[in-house]
Amino acid sequence: MTTATPPAHASSGAGRSRIPLSLRGAAYGDRVFNLVLICAAALIPILLGFLVYELWTGSQLAMQKFGLDFVATSVWDPVAGQFGAFPLIFGTLLSSLIALAIAVPLSLGVAIYLTEFAPRVVRQPVAFLIGLLAAIPSVVYGLWGIFVLVPLLRKTAFPFLRDVLGFLPIFQGPIYGPSMLAAGIILAIMVMPYVMSVSREVLLAVPNSQREAALALGATRWEAVVTAVLPYARSGIVGAIILGLGRALGETMAVTMLIGNRHEIAASLFAPGYTMAAAIANEFSEAATDLHFAALTYVAFLLFVLTVLVNAGARLLIWRVARGSGAGSKAL
Amino acid sequence: MNRRAIRRLASNLMVGLMVLAVVLAVLPLFFILLHLVLKGASSLSWDFFTKMPVPAGETGGGVANAIVGTLIIVGTASLIGVPVGVGAGIYCAEYPHSRLTWLSRFVADVMNGTPSIVVGVFAWTWIVARQKHFSALAGSVALALLMVPMVMRTTEEMIKLVPNSLREAALALGYPRWRTSLSVVVPTTLPGIVTGTLLAVARIAGETAPLLFTALGSQYLSFRINQPMAALPLTVFTYATGPYEEWHRFAWAAALVLILVVLLLGVGARLAIGRSSVANG
Repeated sequence: MTTATPPAHASSGAGRSRIPLSLRGAAYGDRVFNLVLICAAALIPILLGFLVYELWTGSQLAMQKFGLDFVATSVWDPVAGQFGAFPLIFGTLLSSLIALAIAVPLSLGVAIYLTEFAPRVVRQPVAFLIGLLAAIPSVVYGLWGIFVLVPLLRKTAFPFLRDVLGFLPIFQGPIYGPSMLAAGIILAIMVMPYVMSVSREVLLAVPNSQREAALALGATRWEAVVTAVLPYARSGIVGAIILGLGRALGETMAVTMLIGNRHEIAASLFAPGYTMAAAIANEFSEAATDLHFAALTYVAFLLFVLTVLVNAGARLLIWRVARGSGAGSKAL
Repeated sequence: MNRRAIRRLASNLMVGLMVLAVVLAVLPLFFILLHLVLKGASSLSWDFFTKMPVPAGETGGGVANAIVGTLIIVGTASLIGVPVGVGAGIYCAEYPHSRLTWLSRFVADVMNGTPSIVVGVFAWTWIVARQKHFSALAGSVALALLMVPMVMRTTEEMIKLVPNSLREAALALGYPRWRTSLSVVVPTTLPGIVTGTLLAVARIAGETAPLLFTALGSQYLSFRINQPMAALPLTVFTYATGPYEEWHRFAWAAALVLILVVLLLGVGARLAIGRSSVANG
């Protein structure tokens, strides 16, 4: 393109003719190139703005009819045109909290072991294997959950929990299989690689002098981790956990397949529930009324706002500890 | 003396617990892959890849339409998503201090955390609701949206690794900026960009949620991008939640194929980065 500048063009200005021919197209080429890049870069914010706009206008019908009561009421009756998303929000938060309760100790244990204790040869392979968990599609987790995990839980783990911890209301009641707890467990497996890899990056960013100082004072290696490494990495680890929460909140397929899909709030974790994402996935293609669509879009809008807030919080915390090392941005 | 022993014991105990955590963390991966092979491999046959689905209750048939559909949907998504992602990534790397760079990066981070089902709803209200019928293109658009942030961030990170001297050398030889970018900087980082793209493709290839009410799924082989189309993840979902034994068998086989595709893309990504001249590390 540069060398193809026509001669007629070259005679247009006496001052410019001192610039070599081959460069004259350069300014033009640069301008076009810049324009293309700017379009690509600007398209991203424009699309997100459009997404928010579409979700907002799409949910107007429900927003106007139910207002903010939508998040506080529990009736979900498409036939009568009554919609309240409280059980969905409750289910979303509860299943994600169960997931974190299981995944956080495990992933922190793995991350600490891999950065502080493991022999060098196993570090990369183990991190790679756990990273593979993140590559498995959600629907495959759901499939495995339906045919392997849930039957296993129903036959062994759930009765065991009811026998041992049955005095707690959360472990009482009939056992169906698909349940809040089953969804929480599958979510834990899915969220773990994210929490693990970000915590690992954060721990790797802790300067060695922290560990050496503690060891020099006579601490055992575990004590060095507790007293010198973890406090230093604390906000980054909290960021990793919140990031895992963000993943869990929006997870759809595996949860849809395992949670039982009922618009109810039950005290027992053995009972079926519902999440925001699962409700959208199940009902959207079958919705018959405009109001039903609007209510589901409203749920999507709320889910979007929720995940944006959670992710922004996580990012802020990770940036604070890993600033400069790039650990935060690389791990995301 | 005694106290010291207790402290050492506590330390060893914690290490033991951590090893246990590693085992517990790797077990699900092992079992998922094991079950996929055990329950899926026996159903893989030539027919599975080449035949169409048969009506419920009959045996035999295959998922050829879903494989073709996934290729078309993911291919279209890549055609839309990769140029935008790479372009935005180049922009962010070349103009690190521009306000647009800050905005795009921020928005890409937000989009990266957006649940895929929400993007699916967006594609529905934008495309499906307007034209009043389901469309694979809407699914591709949703997948492209999920892809863009990932491609953009890797492109940017990779270009940032290119030493400035290389850029200066090209500029000193009289290359305009756009040629410096396209024929010196980008080719240097191409393996990295390819890796990022392959990883993004691997991620969206398994996405189901955004396709549920866009591409919808179909019993037939379809090449029309603006009509409902079958896709492998949708097949896994429908067959897994369906009532028939035969469907379950197919769900496992389809899931096995899906996993193999995702893993192959991942391996390809690793091979690509292995050949990179700047991004070894």
